Amino acid sequence: MARSQARVVVTGLGATTPVGGDVASTWESLLAGRSGVRKLTQEWVADLPVQIGAPAAVDPSEVLPRVEARRLDRSAQFAIICARQAWADAGFSGKASEAGLDPERVGVVCASGIGGLTTLLSNYDQLRDAGPRRVSPLAIPMLMPNSPSANVSIELQAQAGAHTPVSACSSGAEALAYAVDMIRLGRADVVVAGGTEAVISPLPIAAFANMMALSKRSDDPTAVSRPFDKNRDGFVLGEGGALMVLESAEHAEARGARVYAEIAGAGMSADAHHIAQPEPSGRGVVTAIRKALTDAELTPDDIAHVNCHATSTPAGDVAESVALNAVFGDRTPSIPVTAPKSMIGHLLGGAGAVESLATVLTLHHGLVPPTANVDDVDDDINLDIVRTTPRKLDDGPLAALNDSFGFGGHNVVLAFRRT
Amino acid sequence: MASTEEIREGLAEIVNEITGVPAEDVQLDKSFTDDLDIDSLSMVEVVVAAEEKFGVKIPDEEVKNLATVGDAVTFIEKAGS
Repeated sequence: MARSQARVVVTGLGATTPVGGDVASTWESLLAGRSGVRKLTQEWVADLPVQIGAPAAVDPSEVLPRVEARRLDRSAQFAIICARQAWADAGFSGKASEAGLDPERVGVVCASGIGGLTTLLSNYDQLRDAGPRRVSPLAIPMLMPNSPSANVSIELQAQAGAHTPVSACSSGAEALAYAVDMIRLGRADVVVAGGTEAVISPLPIAAFANMMALSKRSDDPTAVSRPFDKNRDGFVLGEGGALMVLESAEHAEARGARVYAEIAGAGMSADAHHIAQPEPSGRGVVTAIRKALTDAELTPDDIAHVNCHATSTPAGDVAESVALNAVFGDRTPSIPVTAPKSMIGHLLGGAGAVESLATVLTLHHGLVPPTANVDDVDDDINLDIVRTTPRKLDDGPLAALNDSFGFGGHNVVLAFRRT
Repeated sequence: MASTEEIREGLAEIVNEITGVPAEDVQLDKSFTDDLDIDSLSMVEVVVAAEEKFGVKIPDEEVKNLATVGDAVTFIEKAGS
């Protein structure tokens, strides 16, 4: 199928993550190999099988005014914070029309894995304990999964469309893929895209633990998330997110915007295999990578770096390594890869967005952040894992991939290019 | 029973908590929507909090008649007497 000529570039970045309340502090922590995983201190953790997590480094209550925050689920609080950062970073201020943009040419795609779950649970508590009159009239507008994207569209006066891809842990990457389509199809010139998640609470922790998805290690919290390591036993639940300003290259050039990188292509597939288990041969992942390369008009030889999905589960990390080896063959051991979840945990719907942001910065700065806690590489993992200190990439044009996969068998691979 | 001024003050506290509007702006002649910029969702929150605070019932069909702070104070006075 013919693809549109519109190239899509990244001109603004916003993030709030377990290792930093903004992009600069997040990037600095990733380069330093600093973990945001901690022992949770809330009263409710006492009875839980897992008592660690990766909470946002800066609580949204420290950033947003109280009255604004009380009308937003925590996932939407993260989205508003990220959107304001990314918008300002792209050189815009005020609403779209005040920033010299046509509101009908500005879109939003903000993903969520699970939606406003803690709002739902706290309102259910109200219903049960105090009766129906005490259920908040804001409950639905706060808990609906599209609430973050809707609130960002209101904040920025983005009228080209506000969308919410939901594909579990690949949602944030799917949002970026959707935004690329919006620009290529001529539906928007500027799209604020990414994802957030905020479900560090007893029910999701118990549920993920019962799926055998979470690590049950109880030693040093910062050592628990260990993608590719022999002693990995599951992921750590994180929260936060990232949003980027994407623009058509033409639009960015016309206004003299700084360009971090190009999103050159996207590839998506579904394993059609099992609702939670990864497909062991990595077949769906291979398909998604090949589609992303084709869409970006790249070959496997062009790829200088892969930001892995690598959640630190025993099966998932191996399936990803198998897939990368299937695509890159003999070159695989010479492509530096990294796994940010070793430091930020798993942000579910925010993961693909934060890790894509890390991929963009990796190309922009020419530095691959290290993976923490890879003390003893699993014999079944055949990858060049950057460890301990950042790895410098070559100067000049470079391309990199970000892998994001979700429960349900969703595979989203994005190809980024530094020109 | 609370005085008119006590009810106004109580309402002003609620409005401030929910919407951030300064309590001193919540005067009897102010319209909830036009002057205080309170949307329909926040208005329901104000009503439920007022029911709790003043021990009254404010039926949904009455809420649309409470255009001003004064209307709400009068309703609460009557409902509580």
